[in-house]
Amino acid sequence: MLQMFITLIGISILSWVIITTAPGGPISLTMDPKVSPKIIEQMMKNYDLDKPIYQQYFLWIKKLFTGKLYSFKDGRPVLEKIWERIGNTLLLNVVAMVIIFSLAIPLGVFSARRQYSLMDRLTTFGVFLGLSIPGFWLAYLIILGTVHLFGYPVLGMRSFVTEGFNPAEIVLDRIWHLLLPALIMAIHGLAGLSRYTRSSMLEVIRQDYIRTAKAKGVPEETVYYKHGLRNALLPIVTLFGFLIPGLIGGSIIMESVFAWPGIGRLAYQAVLARDYPVVMTINTITAVLVLLGNFIADLLYGVADPRIRYQ
Amino acid sequence: MKIKTLLFIPPVLFLIVLVVNLLFVSQRPDHRINQLIMSSIGDASFLNPILAQDSASSDINSFVFNGLIKYDRDLQSFVGELAESWTIKEGAKPQITFFLRKGVLWHDGKEFTAEDVKFTYDKIMDEKTNTVRRSDYELVERAEVLDPYTFRVTYKQPFSPGLGTWGMGIIPKHLLEKEDINTTPFNRKPIGTGPFRFVEWVTDEKIVVEANPTYFQGRPILDRIIYRIIPEVSLSEMELLTKGIDSYGVSPHQFRRMNEIDFLKIYSQPALGYTYIGYNLKNPLFQDRRVRQAFTHAINREEIVQYVLYGFGKVISGPFPSHLWYYNPNVKPFPYDPQKAKALMAEAGWKDTDGDGILDKDGQPFRFKLITNSGNDVRRDVGVLVQRQLRELGVDLTFEVYEWSVFLKNFINARHFDACILGWGLSPDPDDYQIWHSSQIEKGFNFISYKNPEVDRLWEEGRKEYHVEKRKQIYWRIHELMAEDQPYTFLFSPVGMSALQNKFVLVEDGPAGQKIHRPIKMEKAGLMYDLIRWYVPTQRVMEK
Repeated sequence: MLQMFITLIGISILSWVIITTAPGGPISLTMDPKVSPKIIEQMMKNYDLDKPIYQQYFLWIKKLFTGKLYSFKDGRPVLEKIWERIGNTLLLNVVAMVIIFSLAIPLGVFSARRQYSLMDRLTTFGVFLGLSIPGFWLAYLIILGTVHLFGYPVLGMRSFVTEGFNPAEIVLDRIWHLLLPALIMAIHGLAGLSRYTRSSMLEVIRQDYIRTAKAKGVPEETVYYKHGLRNALLPIVTLFGFLIPGLIGGSIIMESVFAWPGIGRLAYQAVLARDYPVVMTINTITAVLVLLGNFIADLLYGVADPRIRYQ
Repeated sequence: MKIKTLLFIPPVLFLIVLVVNLLFVSQRPDHRINQLIMSSIGDASFLNPILAQDSASSDINSFVFNGLIKYDRDLQSFVGELAESWTIKEGAKPQITFFLRKGVLWHDGKEFTAEDVKFTYDKIMDEKTNTVRRSDYELVERAEVLDPYTFRVTYKQPFSPGLGTWGMGIIPKHLLEKEDINTTPFNRKPIGTGPFRFVEWVTDEKIVVEANPTYFQGRPILDRIIYRIIPEVSLSEMELLTKGIDSYGVSPHQFRRMNEIDFLKIYSQPALGYTYIGYNLKNPLFQDRRVRQAFTHAINREEIVQYVLYGFGKVISGPFPSHLWYYNPNVKPFPYDPQKAKALMAEAGWKDTDGDGILDKDGQPFRFKLITNSGNDVRRDVGVLVQRQLRELGVDLTFEVYEWSVFLKNFINARHFDACILGWGLSPDPDDYQIWHSSQIEKGFNFISYKNPEVDRLWEEGRKEYHVEKRKQIYWRIHELMAEDQPYTFLFSPVGMSALQNKFVLVEDGPAGQKIHRPIKMEKAGLMYDLIRWYVPTQRVMEK
């Protein structure tokens, strides 16, 4: 726990240094002949930007914990800005996660069952295709394709012209808007996890206890799906901790591509506008999420494999 | 066997959801609703006219708030908004007196008075307010409320661009008096006097405003405006095709395919700004006017407009946008003339003596670096073309692109560059003193260090003169002088294009009091100048 805390402090200092030493600043980015330099100086002072960098860092921490941290861009409390959008990001990530697990495991299991069959080869091909296609590019293709095929809006969390929709249609509309970005975000994880399941499965069915089970006359299917699968799945479950960072990174891109109002997009815009308070706070929250994910993954390892114990 | 079936369930469920959804989206009703859906790349920041800097916020603020006055449809003079009329008393300390409209109501029902105007002004001048507008009012000596419907400002010296600054949106005193203006919740749910009332703002998704039934110029005919935030231009195009948005800013390369879509109409108009090549006049290479003239002759601007902007740009001859009153139409752009360019260079002493294809003088070849900022494809393409065209003249130039903040800090603000490609976006007032006056060389925007005493004097005179006709003479003269000086090679004003669904019409009162539907027109002040009279008829008939 202490180690996690120190890592967190390290991360926040590092990202503070990176963001503040990056060229440009929240105010100097405007080039408007109607604005005099004097006004710019005054505004820098109002935002505490005239102070040394390390002082600004402590001010940021102080303001964060006293709830007095405001965004440069619109003067709203940073935590409120993040809070109202974090749900959207979580929704997208949870759905992506559900898609990953519900599709990857069957895919991996079935292709391991018939190794080197046509189906196995096809999924292997598909998986490597999925791993190598850049997500944002695929997203654009899919948007283009669906728009031309169906002429139905895909961006945002819902359609904007929904007059005359019944409740079922409104739900379907929401699902449609959720499905595409979640599916594309899931592709990488899906590809990786199904590979993982397949190799784990293949490893398990070569174990001695599987041979024993077969030898004592348990039907082939039962051996495979009962004895084999259970053991193969245990390490898979812990993988979700390692999928989190990838998903969060992916949501920065997918949220921008699909106009999804989440924190990934907020972070991206804040970086462009050099909105330090927002960037720093999102960085920290993301770091906490990732560290928590790793922590849970470690715990799950212990649960899954009694040979691993923590002091 | 059970586990095997269990494994099949999630993928099958997933497929079912997908198929049901695809079936649903493939049959979508087409409704005609009396509303306008617009889109923007960035979300708004402050729905408060004195704090807003970005275009999204300004768009919404223009629906919700009113200024005392506003530009007329030709961007030449002003018409009253919250002020019914105004008088200007000229002199060493000119005074503008505004006579305010009576009975104007804030969206919460309170009456608007001169106190609100004074409050807005005071808030802008308050150093604690994070506003960049303060520079607009630095020459104001005094602002006072004479009675609830009369407001007077006194200037320290004659300053005609000052009138236009009173188009600033007025904010309500009774709601903001006790608030911290920088962080007040008002900035997210504004109350104004404008044609539309604020309804909701879903961050990074949409902002909705609805018709204000008590608007002093009559209720807008549209029921509401939805302002969507779509972070990518190519994505807004997708939304336009699915009718998820009604209007869209068209880029030149999209014009052809947009023009073929039957439910869209495309409008175009030169932008309020221009792109240029600025020469650092502190650099001895560029101090001879003939060299700059030669460059302008050697650069084929028509070709640039043709290739870079697909023809959607207008070559300009001076520092003003070509469609407004202060642009001098008698000054013609230098024609593309490589022979004349060579002759001018020779006159200035630049000849190719050693036969290497590069002009030289006193043993020094003509060599320099042209820079621009990244993220602007037009400027990048212009740079490549200019590089080739000047090579033909015998000038050896390298062309480099830098990230915007680096570009500003290390090159432009440090005055450390040879030549740069940049553009100005301007306001409708011609007073570009900050860009051209020699007093602005040190810290202002005259980063090319242009200095011409006569032009200096004319800029000073122009901002003292209140009469449009006299100002026009002054700016036309500036235009002539600067076209000779060529401190920049003025390249072009881009033509801005908007696509709008053709279901919108403009409602006008006919001679017998009946309503007549007319097509929407592009005004110099923009497509939305008559927005409060827009309408979406339920049937598709339209009178031509």
